[in-house]
Amino acid sequence: MGYLDGFRVTFRKLFEKRLTRDYSKHSEAEGGGKAVKPVRLHGRHVLNRYEDGMEKCIGCELCAGVCPARCIYVRGADNPADDPVSPGERYGYIYEINYLRCIHCDLCVEACPTEAITETKLFEFSFTNRDDAIYTKAELMVGDDGLPRMLPWEDWSDIDAVAQHTSAWVRATAPSGAAAYEGRVQWSAELGFGVRPPEQGQSAPGSQADTGEAGAILGHAGEPEGDAEADRPAGSEGDEHHGGQG
Amino acid sequence: MIIVQVLAADPLLSDGIGLAEVLIVLLKTLVAFGLLLVSVILMIWFERKVISDLQNRVGPNKAGPWGLLQTLADGLKLIMKEDLIPAKADRRVFVLAPFLSAVPAFVTFAVVPIGGGFDGEKFGAISLFGHDTYLQLADPPIGVLLVLAMSSIAVYGVMLAGWSSGSKWPLVGGVRGTAQMVSYEAALSLAVVSVVLLAGSLSTHDIVVAQAGSGYELFGAVGIPRWNIIATGVVPFVIFLVAATAELNRPPFDLVEAEQELVGGFHTEYSSFRFALFYLAEFMNTITMSAIIVTLFFGGPAGPILFGLPGWLWGIVWFTLKLFAFLFMFVWVRATLPRFRYDQLMTIGWKALIPLALGWVLVLAAINIGRDEGWNMVVVVGGSLVVLVAAWAALTAAVDVARARHLSEEAEEEALV
Repeated sequence: MGYLDGFRVTFRKLFEKRLTRDYSKHSEAEGGGKAVKPVRLHGRHVLNRYEDGMEKCIGCELCAGVCPARCIYVRGADNPADDPVSPGERYGYIYEINYLRCIHCDLCVEACPTEAITETKLFEFSFTNRDDAIYTKAELMVGDDGLPRMLPWEDWSDIDAVAQHTSAWVRATAPSGAAAYEGRVQWSAELGFGVRPPEQGQSAPGSQADTGEAGAILGHAGEPEGDAEADRPAGSEGDEHHGGQG
Repeated sequence: MIIVQVLAADPLLSDGIGLAEVLIVLLKTLVAFGLLLVSVILMIWFERKVISDLQNRVGPNKAGPWGLLQTLADGLKLIMKEDLIPAKADRRVFVLAPFLSAVPAFVTFAVVPIGGGFDGEKFGAISLFGHDTYLQLADPPIGVLLVLAMSSIAVYGVMLAGWSSGSKWPLVGGVRGTAQMVSYEAALSLAVVSVVLLAGSLSTHDIVVAQAGSGYELFGAVGIPRWNIIATGVVPFVIFLVAATAELNRPPFDLVEAEQELVGGFHTEYSSFRFALFYLAEFMNTITMSAIIVTLFFGGPAGPILFGLPGWLWGIVWFTLKLFAFLFMFVWVRATLPRFRYDQLMTIGWKALIPLALGWVLVLAAINIGRDEGWNMVVVVGGSLVVLVAAWAALTAAVDVARARHLSEEAEEEALV
């Protein structure tokens, strides 16, 4: 009965278990609540600080330059000699992100040379006017405990579960562009968190491709050169980022 | 007293009209109106909930227990919204159209018998404040015609809404709706004629009475109810079902408001209360059409009296159960079937349903005459079916020839170009 087969399909659905999670019920016990978020989920940004409280941002505007939505506005300024804001010459004097434009692509995080800007897992924030949508530097900068500022219109009820994960720590591309960095700590210490544990999981841990290439890169202590290619085992093609960044 | 004669089938009105009769009719009107409104509210919830279940979703579950108050919340939201009339709209017609859609839906329900014990001697009449009356708002001798007339008027709601909006999507939706509803109206009416032939009456009450009673005997003990679906040989029921779905503009025949093509179809430009009226009419029509199907083919409120409750209450129980079966079926169809293409719609209507309905009416008429005249039934039935099949073959051949000729003409024209 070709025409009527569909009726059996839909009828069977009546008795199947629903997969929908009742988000509006706030606890797991009620069968609802927030789901566990993937570690690479892109939420609203934070500006990180070093463990001594110095800001990581150096006002280089690379994030603003790479932003496809052009939602970031940065102005750098020279550090005051007597009271520097960041280690080094300059710091981010103005830093604003317009969340009416941001598409959470994480390209700013990829571009940042100092891991100053990262993304949290927060996506539940609904402002009621356009001024609130533009986050200023004061709002983006982490507090003295290293946690994001929790603004009144943001739902941070699961901060305990997500605070450990900001997307820079697990970003898709490793700092120099080599996937082989996985399994090794590549991030500077952060206020409130210190040195975060290394990322795992892009390739099988301990595999030949992983350690061999990483060893070659790290052994040169700089950007990978031609001889790193020679060390690479035959099975590890497809590491496209590698040459392009060198 | 022409009006009295039109309504006279109800025993309430047979002894003249006094204050008591008027009050009883008023009470029945209020009850029918309220009942229909409440059931529409529940129907919208039921449809959304069941279609969610059929699609492995949860559906409305926030407003009230199990989301029961969702419709009220939606209604409130709609009424509070801004009421827009487009600048290019024909204002008067634009305002009128929603009512042309909603009022027939109400009126049709007036002739549906919703209860009463049909096993006893009173034939479905109950005693209300010492007066015998039927459990239906009105029982005009032309009941079924009223149903068809109202469903024709409902076409104007769709057509005028599309026409008066001053916008292209509603216009296309309205044109589609007109063609579709006019086409399927014919098949619908012919299916009804089969029922009327058997019942010998246009009154919905009489049609139910004709289906009540002990039923056909099968293997001695088990009785099949004398429902018209069996008596008319299932085919008119199937035709009526398909045509009714098209008449209701429900999927898979919802070309009038095909969202993917026409935004909202005929009600694209409507908002606020006027849109709510269309929405209301759509679901109310589903309920009334299901009720009509139950009345015409499934014995309406007629059914056995099992235990405890008085007979008239059992009538309501049976009617509700049958109604629910069809409401569920409509939702089930909506959850399952994809929309027809416009040419498919017209093909089904004109080349399949109408000829089949017409042929079946003729067969039933022949059988009826044969029974009255005492002819050999085997010959009558066999002969009728042979004629039916032959006619069907002739029609198919004619359609094929026409198509072939059309194609060859097209080819010739192309060759000339």
